[in-house]
Amino acid sequence: MRCRDGGVLTMGAGALSPHCPVSRRAALGLGLGGTAAILAGPRAAAQGAGVPRRGGHLRLAGLAGSTADTLDPARMSVANDFVRGKSFYDGLVALDDAMVPHPALAERLDTDDFQTWHITLRRGVTFHDGGPLTASDVVYSLSRHKDPAVASQQRIAAQQMRDIRATGPLTVEIGLVGPNVDFPAILGMDNFAVIRDGTRNFSSANGTGPFICTGFQPGIRTTGRRNPDYWGAAAWLDTIDLIAISDDMSRHDALLSGDVDIIGSANPRLVRLLRTRGFGIMESPVGTYTDLAVRLDQVPGNNADFVTGIKYLVDREQVRDSVFLGFARIGNDHPIPPEDPYFAADLPQRAYDPDRARFHLKRSGMSGKDLAFFCSPAALASVDIAVLLQYAAQRAGMDVGIRRMPVDGYWSQYWMKMPMSFGNTNARPSADMAFTLSFSSQASMNESRWRDPRFDALLLQARGERDDTVRRRIYHDMQAMVRDGSGVCIPAFTTSLDAFAPQVRGLRPNRAGQLMGYGFTRSVWLDDGGTHR
Amino acid sequence: MTRSLGPLILGRLAASAFSLAFVVVTIFAITAALPGDVADTLLGQSATPEAAASLRHAMALDQPAWLRFWHWAGDMLHADPGRSLLTGRPVAELVGPRLYNSLLLAGATAAVSVPLSLALGLACTMARGTVFDRAATVLMLGTVSVPVFLIATVAVFVFAVQFHLAPALADINAVHSPLQFVRVFLMPVATLSGATTAQMSRMIRACMIDVFSAPWIEMAVLKGVPPVRIVLFHALPNAIGPVVNAIALSLSSLLGGVVVVETVFSYPGMAGLMVDSVAARDVPVVQCCALIFCMVYLALTTLADVVAVASAPRGRDR
Repeated sequence: MRCRDGGVLTMGAGALSPHCPVSRRAALGLGLGGTAAILAGPRAAAQGAGVPRRGGHLRLAGLAGSTADTLDPARMSVANDFVRGKSFYDGLVALDDAMVPHPALAERLDTDDFQTWHITLRRGVTFHDGGPLTASDVVYSLSRHKDPAVASQQRIAAQQMRDIRATGPLTVEIGLVGPNVDFPAILGMDNFAVIRDGTRNFSSANGTGPFICTGFQPGIRTTGRRNPDYWGAAAWLDTIDLIAISDDMSRHDALLSGDVDIIGSANPRLVRLLRTRGFGIMESPVGTYTDLAVRLDQVPGNNADFVTGIKYLVDREQVRDSVFLGFARIGNDHPIPPEDPYFAADLPQRAYDPDRARFHLKRSGMSGKDLAFFCSPAALASVDIAVLLQYAAQRAGMDVGIRRMPVDGYWSQYWMKMPMSFGNTNARPSADMAFTLSFSSQASMNESRWRDPRFDALLLQARGERDDTVRRRIYHDMQAMVRDGSGVCIPAFTTSLDAFAPQVRGLRPNRAGQLMGYGFTRSVWLDDGGTHR
Repeated sequence: MTRSLGPLILGRLAASAFSLAFVVVTIFAITAALPGDVADTLLGQSATPEAAASLRHAMALDQPAWLRFWHWAGDMLHADPGRSLLTGRPVAELVGPRLYNSLLLAGATAAVSVPLSLALGLACTMARGTVFDRAATVLMLGTVSVPVFLIATVAVFVFAVQFHLAPALADINAVHSPLQFVRVFLMPVATLSGATTAQMSRMIRACMIDVFSAPWIEMAVLKGVPPVRIVLFHALPNAIGPVVNAIALSLSSLLGGVVVVETVFSYPGMAGLMVDSVAARDVPVVQCCALIFCMVYLALTTLADVVAVASAPRGRDR
């Protein structure tokens, strides 16, 4: 079956794939119109318009950078890591603006049963060191995620791949533990980028990507130049220079003073200032959310009334407008964002209801107990949301304390360990991944320790379901189950903000993450060809 | 004089070695007591107990603390600071460029602030009690009292954002000529020099006034020696000991204690490296940084003491 963009994603035996870009796109058209964020700013109209120009040097200042910066695709975890990854490496599959998988280093993916996948690699692709891309590189790149010493961020997802073997110089066969229609989306995750067979030293990057790494100093800077032999559409920029400035004020100052051209994670409070000074703002509707997890296996979460009461306490409009200053979309206590094609739009929106909250909290009998929300600047905006919740709880007749913990050690010491803690979850490439990683009974990140065998069964069923209508119905039910059953409260999905100087062109919002799903270096250009300096 | 200096230096070196050993053990104990380890950092949110345990095993972090310390100390005796747990790169490779950057910034700051504070301190001593002295005192106390991050942020806003006189980032790679050096280092050095100069000149003033209360200064005044001559040839030589000590104390914090300035100007120095490494529980790097800070501190104070003894006229007369 042939899809748009000339890419071929064949699903053998004539089965209609739910993953053919055309079918997904068609589905997406319904839900996206009203909610997709658009580029804003004084030059919004000019953005994306105009003829791209080759040349120039682009400087990015991201938010997080430290000696933990890495060029190892398996370990990439912060935005700048992914920007490096997207610049220097390619995956077998690439996700487009709407998270639809397209073939990249893989020319074709064939499967009969969604359990055994045959991958045919693109011919004539070379690594930056000149070596040709072969099946052994792919086998090495994927297999290493299962090795604990590699410390892969995607070890859990990788464990789905039971065996990975080369069947020819350019063909790889992957056997999964069970059928998974969404497998191409997993391969499209940045952590599964392809590296050269046997690579252990990541002091530089040897990938196949559109840029060649010319310098990498962890916590300081990364530089790259355009790969003249790139197999795909060549990048416009000559050179790139990535740094991280964690201090909010300094990062914005660097943009305002012209020291950098684009910054990630712009502060919502500074959006108006940046716009009046002629800078552009890109709003990306990413599926990242900050949530309150009430553990169902501990006091007070083991009381159903308490959990229901807490969910009614959240004033989602207020979270969106006061905490995120409007740069967010309201959540319905399940992890599927409104832009997702599988979003259950007809599910009633849970709203702030002080009377019901008071009723349930009173009936729970937890009043007067020593209760606390654990929050931290480590989980975006969680401190502010905790304050709103505390106030709402007070008005509903319950005193809950706030424990504001330091960034350092929050994830390992408090998150998911305390009875009520805030978490922050990144956008997942598919509904399957969102449910698998954070809500299935075995999920290590099952924040509220919610266990529902029916949910697990539905998850497996959907994973192997070829009929998109049936999948849609299953995902609809699963969203309802998470919303009502789990102890996770998802008030809003954040809208990621990036700010850029007027000469930067070609930026488009992407659901996968900020900075065009971290891949902006592949398609932006400088309007003045870099002559402004 | 030479007879008295030798044993002094030897004694100080022995004491320094003891201090270093103490610092190293303390740092190791503190990092071991911190919650979480580098396995948690690497895995982040995906740190399941079993994933963290197998990674810990792979990195030999599950060995007892004393054994890890023993291995590390053994390597250190061969001048090998080991490898970063986080990146797997040699620690020396991580620390080297940062140390150079930090020394550059500290050196530039010292080159500006030492002469400036000497001049200010001496001027205040000569003019003590006058309007100038009081104005200078108010200014210096004010500078010390304003937090560095505020000075730095305001400086960036005014000079980089509004007037484009200097870059907002201290990008050391952009330095190819002396003029560029001045441009890049202007704001960080000015920010650091403000507080350092204020501190040092206050101490110099205090030391000098102390010496001025001595009877032989009064004698010189009565003899009719000009004030400038009194300060430079009678008072200063006798105040060199305390003055050098004051300078050494101020400068010793320029290496590790400038994390705010490094952050605001995105300057890749040692202080930032130390903070990053503590946050990531990258113990070998933390140890190496702490060792360097400690060594620099000890070297500066020892040097100050030696200079004090060597320069003291009374010591010479004995």
